[in-house]
Amino acid sequence: MGEPGTKELLSLEELDAAVGLRTGRKHVLSILVENKSGVLTRIAGLFARRGFNIETLTVGPTEDEQIARITLTVDGALHPIDQVTKQLHKLINVLKIRDLEPAATVTRQLALFKIAAEGTARSELLEFCEVFRGHVVDVTKRSVVIEITGAEEKIEAFAQVARPYGLIEMMRTGEIAMGRGRGET
Amino acid sequence: MRAVDAVMECLKAEGVDVVFGLPGGANLPTYDAFYDAGIRHVLVRHEAGGGHAAEGYAKATGKVGVAFATSGPGATNVVTPIADAMMDSVPVVFFTGQVRTDLLGTDGFQEADTIGITMPIVKHSFMIQHPLELPRAIHEAFHIARTGRPGPVLIDIPVDLSRADIPYEPASDVSLPGYQPTIEGNQKQIRQAAKALAAAKRPVIYAGGGVINANAAAQLTEFATTDRFPVTCTLMGLGGFPGTHPQWLGMLGMHGTRTANYAMDAADLIVAVGARFDDRITGKLSEFAQHAKFIHIDVDPAEISKNVAAHIPIVGDARHILEKLIVEYRALEADSSRLGDWWKQIDAWRAEYPLRYDDSSDSEIKPQYMVEAIYAATGGDAVIVSDVGQHQMWTAQYYHFDNPRQWINSGGLGTMGFGLPAAMGAQVGRPDAVVCAISGDGSIQMNIQELATCAENKIPVKVFIMNNGYLGMVRQWQELFWDHRYSHVDMGEFPDFVKLAEAYGATGLRFTDKNTLVDDIRAAIATPGPVVVDVRVTREENTYPMIAPGAAARDMVG
Ligand SMILES: Cc1ncc(C[n+]2csc(CCOP(=O)(O)OP(=O)(O)O)c2C)c(N)n1
Ligand SMILES: [Mg+2]
Repeated sequence: MGEPGTKELLSLEELDAAVGLRTGRKHVLSILVENKSGVLTRIAGLFARRGFNIETLTVGPTEDEQIARITLTVDGALHPIDQVTKQLHKLINVLKIRDLEPAATVTRQLALFKIAAEGTARSELLEFCEVFRGHVVDVTKRSVVIEITGAEEKIEAFAQVARPYGLIEMMRTGEIAMGRGRGET
Repeated sequence: MRAVDAVMECLKAEGVDVVFGLPGGANLPTYDAFYDAGIRHVLVRHEAGGGHAAEGYAKATGKVGVAFATSGPGATNVVTPIADAMMDSVPVVFFTGQVRTDLLGTDGFQEADTIGITMPIVKHSFMIQHPLELPRAIHEAFHIARTGRPGPVLIDIPVDLSRADIPYEPASDVSLPGYQPTIEGNQKQIRQAAKALAAAKRPVIYAGGGVINANAAAQLTEFATTDRFPVTCTLMGLGGFPGTHPQWLGMLGMHGTRTANYAMDAADLIVAVGARFDDRITGKLSEFAQHAKFIHIDVDPAEISKNVAAHIPIVGDARHILEKLIVEYRALEADSSRLGDWWKQIDAWRAEYPLRYDDSSDSEIKPQYMVEAIYAATGGDAVIVSDVGQHQMWTAQYYHFDNPRQWINSGGLGTMGFGLPAAMGAQVGRPDAVVCAISGDGSIQMNIQELATCAENKIPVKVFIMNNGYLGMVRQWQELFWDHRYSHVDMGEFPDFVKLAEAYGATGLRFTDKNTLVDDIRAAIATPGPVVVDVRVTREENTYPMIAPGAAARDMVG
């Protein structure tokens, strides 16, 4: 017999309360997997099954061509992730998982900004670009494209700065993350 | 050699002697190989029947069950058995046909994305992309299905690949770097557990289906009797500890005994062995066993602290761990008399709250009595396979299972229609056993076509339909929790199960008199071939006791 066993009406607040423990921080999961078809679907499926939203996702080769690395970030303030990591371990094609501590991790994203920045505004913007150690990768009369690499906060800061200059579009990669120090991630 | 002949060789190398299935276009080459492979193939009438039969075979024998289906509708027909096997950790390898590789993803005739559809309900699956992958995939599939926490594995084979000509070399090794189940438990943790046990004043052993899967029933009994530890089992664990043993408390959970649930509620130490603290066990989680510390033994690390935080987790195979725990516990020479008060309390509960029902004063057959009669008629010795509903709970309560693999049912998924095909598979696996299916008038109709399979193949299952004319369990909930508003639960008077049985080539019988019931059942069991008995029971009887949904275990009703 499936629930519900009671005909009492359920308030929306009660529904909200019925969720598990949350860590309250962002989690960067670095997952080594066998480089086979379908692996990403299996991993994504485990998150989807619980209704979790993956915030960023990066998949790439490693130094060993049989093995790929998936780096994904999830918000532990929104989702209780402990059970998911345990389930991830059960996937036959998953070799290793690390739930990286933000303080002990170097993370990078890459972002491209297409900005109108016409007239005098342009030189001002380029100064900001310099400060953020960005690169101008395309210039036309009516737009510039700037590339910024860095941790999430830096990219968000630059987006703030760029917006008043006529942000046309922005694209961001997922995050890659590497543990600090000599040890392997 | 043809790839499909290599498949047959792999099956033989894995020790497969029987498979269940039904052919179609996408596995025609495979079926051509079956023609003279020397492997028994039981032709089922519906692929779901084949999948459940493979489950029943696996549960009854401890070996890996095997089921075959074609692509598209054949594959979607095994989705329910796959999900069922996943929930109850049953080792089954499913082989599905697939359209040609050049048609993949084009909505080719009878194409379904079988790998995609089944991804969340398999332990693992293999999409074959090259015929040379087949032998290794098959061996890995069997290895994954049977080891660690067992489960279903699916192999999807595009039809063109199965027609390829390949050099076959028996693959012996499996290479699964991401899959290394822990077998031996951590010795330090085991020692901790022994110490906690020696100090416990109100311990309870709570055993689940993992004990059956790990073939650890003998070890569980030995462990429980190293001292006088009380034992309860989940629905899936029944038979893991003798149901007639003086230390047996009865099943726990929603329809368990009061004694078992009260003991959990009052315990100071609970030893969970191969059990997963399902919501049907815990009742209201926040009020579950509030005074207890937990030792949790399980082969699946993801089960540890999933629902209830474990104080002493021990990951590994239950048999190995129990063997070591017995040694460690004996070495402590704990004083058994500390359990005296606890047993006094347990005995008081037993005396006050035995399983009970009001028997009829006339010839009417009460459903509980029907199970007691089957127990009496079989001397408690039959393999009992049930379907899903009230009859399942009464069977769990009133048939006292002394041995593992004697009780087969669909617990986690609760799949109506499981019973008959699973009984058929169990009988194929254990031809000398008396195999009885106890089903409901609702459940039996969900895979009744397998009667033809039983008749054609002379598979002598004895099917007892507990006929209350209702989807009884749903009716009970409507009566108790939805103000008697019986919405679409009355099954009416059709079909005539006796005539239906005869049409299928089985013997059909109808029992309505309790006074002759035990003898009638004996006679039915002695009748050769498959037999279907329509047992007319009290229409509106409730399964008690019961933990109402969302209530605490100590607040059982009925
Ligand atoms: C496939 C499926 N559909 C629906 C249910 C919900 N369900 C649980 S028990 C039950 C009634 C079963 O009726 P019957 O087989 O006659 O058994 P009874 O409870 O009357 O003993 C139903 C419909 C289910 N478990 N499985
Ligand atoms: Mg019924």
